[in-house]
Amino acid sequence: MEPGEIHALLGENGAGKSTLMNVLYGLYQPDEGEILVDGEPLKLKGPSDAIAAGIGMVHQHFMLVPVFTVAENVMLGAEQVKGGITGFLDRRRARREVAEVSGRYNLRVDPDAVIEDLPVGIQQRVEIVKALTRDVDLLILDEPTAVLTPQETEELLAVMRSLKAAGKSIVFITHKLGEVKAIADRITVIRRGKTVGTAEPSASRDELAALMVGRSVRLTVDKQPATPGKPILEVSGLVVDDDRQVRAVDGVDLTVHAGEVLGIAGVQGNGQTELIETIMGLRPALAGTITLDGEAVHGWPTKKVLRAGVGYVPEDRSVDGVVKEFSVAENLVLDIYDQPPFGKGLSLKPDAIAKSAKERIEQFDVRTSSAETPVGTLSGGNQQKVIVARELSRPLKLFIAAQPTRGVDVGSIEFIHSRVIRERDIGTAVMVVSSELDEVIGLADRIAVMYRGRIIGVVGPDTPREEIGLLMAGITPDSATAAADGPGNEDEA
Amino acid sequence: MSNPNPVSGSPDKELATETQETRAIPTPRAGDGEHAVTATATKEPAAEPRPSLGRLFLENLWAANTVTVTVLAVLLAMLVGAVLIIVSAPDVLATYGYITARPADALNSSWAVVSDAYANLFKGAIFDPDASGFTAALGPISETLTYTAPLVFTGLSVALAFRGGLFNIGAQGQATIGVVLAAAAGFALPLPPGVHLLVALLAGAVGGAIWGFIPGILKARTGAHEVINTIMLNYVAVYFLAWIILQEGVHSPDRADAISKSVDASAQLPRLLGADLRVHAGILLAVLATGFVAWLLNRSTLGFELRAVGANPDAARTAGISVTKSYVLVMAIAGLLAGLGGSNMVLGSTADSLTPQVVAQIGFDGILVALLGRVKPWGVLMAALLFGALQAGGNRMQSYSGISLELVTVLQALIVIFIAAPALVKAIFQLRAARAARLQTSLAKGW
Amino acid sequence: MSTMTVPEVAVTTVDEGFWTRTRKIGVVLLALGVLAAGLFGSFATDREARFTLSETEGGAALTIHGTTGAILFGIIAAAAGVALLAGVPKRWFGVLLGVGLVAFVVSFLCWQVSAAPEGRNFMPLVNVVRGTFLLALPLIFGALAGVLCERSGVVNVAIEGQLLMGAFSGALFGSLSGNVWVGLVAAAIGGAIISLLLAVFAIRYLVDQVVMGIVLNLLAVGVTGFLYERLMQRDAMKYNSAPRFSNWEIPLLKDIPLLGPALFRGNIFLYVGLLLVLVIHIGLFRTRWGLRTRSVGEHPTAADTLGVKVLRLRYRNVIMAGLVAGVGGASYTLAMYSFTKNMIGGKGFIALAALIFGRWSPTGALLAALFFGFADQLATYLGAVGSSIPSQFLAMLPYLATILAVAGLVGKVRAPAADGKPYIKG
Repeated sequence: MEPGEIHALLGENGAGKSTLMNVLYGLYQPDEGEILVDGEPLKLKGPSDAIAAGIGMVHQHFMLVPVFTVAENVMLGAEQVKGGITGFLDRRRARREVAEVSGRYNLRVDPDAVIEDLPVGIQQRVEIVKALTRDVDLLILDEPTAVLTPQETEELLAVMRSLKAAGKSIVFITHKLGEVKAIADRITVIRRGKTVGTAEPSASRDELAALMVGRSVRLTVDKQPATPGKPILEVSGLVVDDDRQVRAVDGVDLTVHAGEVLGIAGVQGNGQTELIETIMGLRPALAGTITLDGEAVHGWPTKKVLRAGVGYVPEDRSVDGVVKEFSVAENLVLDIYDQPPFGKGLSLKPDAIAKSAKERIEQFDVRTSSAETPVGTLSGGNQQKVIVARELSRPLKLFIAAQPTRGVDVGSIEFIHSRVIRERDIGTAVMVVSSELDEVIGLADRIAVMYRGRIIGVVGPDTPREEIGLLMAGITPDSATAAADGPGNEDEA
Repeated sequence: MSNPNPVSGSPDKELATETQETRAIPTPRAGDGEHAVTATATKEPAAEPRPSLGRLFLENLWAANTVTVTVLAVLLAMLVGAVLIIVSAPDVLATYGYITARPADALNSSWAVVSDAYANLFKGAIFDPDASGFTAALGPISETLTYTAPLVFTGLSVALAFRGGLFNIGAQGQATIGVVLAAAAGFALPLPPGVHLLVALLAGAVGGAIWGFIPGILKARTGAHEVINTIMLNYVAVYFLAWIILQEGVHSPDRADAISKSVDASAQLPRLLGADLRVHAGILLAVLATGFVAWLLNRSTLGFELRAVGANPDAARTAGISVTKSYVLVMAIAGLLAGLGGSNMVLGSTADSLTPQVVAQIGFDGILVALLGRVKPWGVLMAALLFGALQAGGNRMQSYSGISLELVTVLQALIVIFIAAPALVKAIFQLRAARAARLQTSLAKGW
Repeated sequence: MSTMTVPEVAVTTVDEGFWTRTRKIGVVLLALGVLAAGLFGSFATDREARFTLSETEGGAALTIHGTTGAILFGIIAAAAGVALLAGVPKRWFGVLLGVGLVAFVVSFLCWQVSAAPEGRNFMPLVNVVRGTFLLALPLIFGALAGVLCERSGVVNVAIEGQLLMGAFSGALFGSLSGNVWVGLVAAAIGGAIISLLLAVFAIRYLVDQVVMGIVLNLLAVGVTGFLYERLMQRDAMKYNSAPRFSNWEIPLLKDIPLLGPALFRGNIFLYVGLLLVLVIHIGLFRTRWGLRTRSVGEHPTAADTLGVKVLRLRYRNVIMAGLVAGVGGASYTLAMYSFTKNMIGGKGFIALAALIFGRWSPTGALLAALFFGFADQLATYLGAVGSSIPSQFLAMLPYLATILAVAGLVGKVRAPAADGKPYIKG
């Protein structure tokens, strides 16, 4: 790393980027190898050593205490105190410092605001301020744009440029090629814990992608053109709030037909999660209707929705998808345990459960030592296959898959994709939500783009990537032409 | 905290270490992401010399988890108990003043006092070799079973709630309300024998169920933590009991102190081995209840639901299981069981009328029993048997050796502490890879 | 973390509607006031209700006609409810709520005191205030022990055991040495031993903290009960006759009317307790130690990334909690009573309730402890004047109040986010 350089660390999900940086920050201990700072080997026993060595880190999941104020979060661990041994906090000085640093790098934050009341973009600024007040020379940003809107991302990139101008070095961890090309001075690509190459930002997307994935990327999925039938899922005027009572879905209308895949693209956190959770009856709708095959299903309990022939692969596998302590067999009947032949009345039929588990482990190629193995011991891909197997082994009218291949190995991805298409081909309406644009493009017959709780466009899969990307950033073709006249086109709100 | 779901898996923490070990093989599974990478970091298993057959046997014994750890925990607890006995006997302690001069004195007197205490504990709990006659020979077992019965119910109550993801500290309060209703039904209703007993048991069960339902519904509706609410309800129940005993129609007209009327004979659980031995039909009910809970947990759809909710409420909800319904049901059933345990205290042979201490400690002991039984129904039965035996033996120890009954409380607490931290027992005994069900943090949700 | 990943999407927030929390509480207060005016007013007698500013019937007194008082204060409570219902500025909320509740209690007292048998229809406020504080004393120490633990993320259900062990070792070593100070130190250490066990098992062996607390309570009951029967009962002179701290009068303060004689002419532990509340409150919210403690209780991973030694801080605070609770235990045996079996009798759990009711803050816990102490004292008083209100129901009050509090009916209580969660690095 050179001073005043932005070095991008590029790699797939799970390539080891975050781990590497956590080692650099002293959170994990390296097993071998050493870290050199200014030519000196550095031994980090903990984060405090890293901070002392001038390394700061903005974690993927923010390390902020939600109930503390900005100033308290910034001073924690490096408190300004007065009164000697009693250690009274010097809040005034902390506040001044926050104001000073945020002024210097144009990072507006109110030192007295409480973190949990702040939007994510601002919280991230607090994280950066926190690092800067510690006089870091090297700032590590771990997937900083994953939760940001395009506009916030743009602001972040501007901040990074001003930091660079001030002579700070930045390690920028990401798996998004566009951002890397926009800002990095040098790019290191990591795959499976190994550096597989370095590149200049001038390298083409395809080159970088190939380095990242390790073989030429197969973005297309083998499939025949769809033969859509009657509408199965119809959503109209849907309004939903998120857990914090903030509007998340703001008047969505969409239709999914039998035998087609509707892909929902969008930056994570634009209401996709809330949309599908509402369809599944996991979240109340404030307004609007949802009909399934002509029947109004909004307000139904989840169980009834599932019984009506909806299959659902939730987005967060380990939280919502599987019960880790349960065996593979039990997880395979998690939502049909009370249906014959697995359960009758109050009694459960373990034999039937074991028998069907055996069959499905085979059909869906789940790699497990036995059906009795707790699911938590399987790899992510195999856990996901268990969920897919569970949902696809009953007759469905509608299949909803959210982030179906997140954190899943390449082999499993292909398998899961092929099963999704097979489901479509037997006439099920399929809805795929993914924040990986390539996955949506590969699977979908039609693509709906969500932005700020609305569907701002529905396009065909042959639409150029860039156009969809613009939609994801909230720019509809009309406004795009209008904005093309001048710079700063990312702002439509 | 104990693994709420031992049948189908081990607790989180253990899983993590296990998978790390397996992953230490240098081919990290793709898709396992960062974890796989950290895991590769763990050291390669060193090639160990092939162990001899004898050593293999020993290792298996050591690693034989549940049973081994339990036995060792009991031994350790008794060792600590022995120390307590010695330090609390001034004359024995005095011999340690000159231990360097005459070590035999100290050792002999210590041995004498400890062995006498524990011998009486054994004789009171299981069998007294000096006893003559049918009644005397079966006496200890009868006592043990008498103490066991209510503990099975409260232990099952706590264990069931545990498996459903809730920590029921309120078995004490549920048993208290149960005992009040059971006793009231027992002395207030003029019913024929048989029916009267059934009605009284039912009343106790309903009372407990109501007292369990309250924290259940509060948890389901408002998210109020059941640990806090059950603790609070325990005390509300205590004062309710204290109050109701003194009310007209409940208070015994012949007595000045706080004691209620006696339960009619028609509502009492029949004694199993004649009038001289206290063991009563409660123990049979306890075995039935154990079987019922075992079936409920492992062979019923309801049990599947509540185990799923207990292990991962989010996934359960996503799979269409009603989490709120599960919480309410599990607490009501847990309360019902504890209420039956309470009924045992007044319909059995322990007492036949309400007093402020009528439920003794069965609710709190139930927590220990559930933990010791690894929150599995049949394990709970075994643990209750052990605790019942300690109680019965403790009585004899108190009257014959003059060792306070409180020692039993100490032993019980220590056993559970040692069970709770297998790592500690392992450290003490250098156990290898003991995969004992550890009382683990999977339920460590805090408030 | 979950709150952090929720992105800024839209700004529309749902209107809370007419029934805000303030209004709901207003309705409750109004109902209570009407109830007091109607019910208490009709039960109250024609005689006077005297509240004397002394320990006896004599001396200066506040006197009011029973029926009039009950109705008047009932109306005041109702009026406060109406004011809340009408919608007042937020800063008045606390004041009005306080006025309303106090008026309700006074109305109740007017009834009870005026209805007491002739010659006993007075309430000696000095006794009541002193009794309230003394009964609250173990709760204050216990709740502070809870604050120290739980603010740093360790659930402390073992308060009962810590108090009991403190009381026991204070009595034992105080008796053996014949020195109160030795007794006090021993008491603190006794409490700390229980909390050390809690810390080791919770932090090192990751045992569930609630389980551990329950088991430690039983252990403390067992060990102290066992040794009490084996030693103290047999030779009380030698083992259970600890010297007592003599009363310390505080100059000037002791002459304040009402409060002076009630609080500042006595128990040294009361001073220590009140001082500790202040010290811990300031420490928690104004010092580096406090900031770090709170961060460890809310988000230990964040604290760790900033170089705070999470586990070390937790150990230290849990042990400090044990010291505090141990001193609280000594307030029994080195000031008032000799040790008896299980003498804490559930006070540790009321302390836990006070901690929660006081929302995990030292001053809140103090107020909650005083409220619970008052309920306790009131029960004693009502028993003495032969009231028709069963003392058991007053004794239930703290527990019921806590249930209502955690159910969100009296405002939101929120535990430190990482309370009860063991911290595993990496």
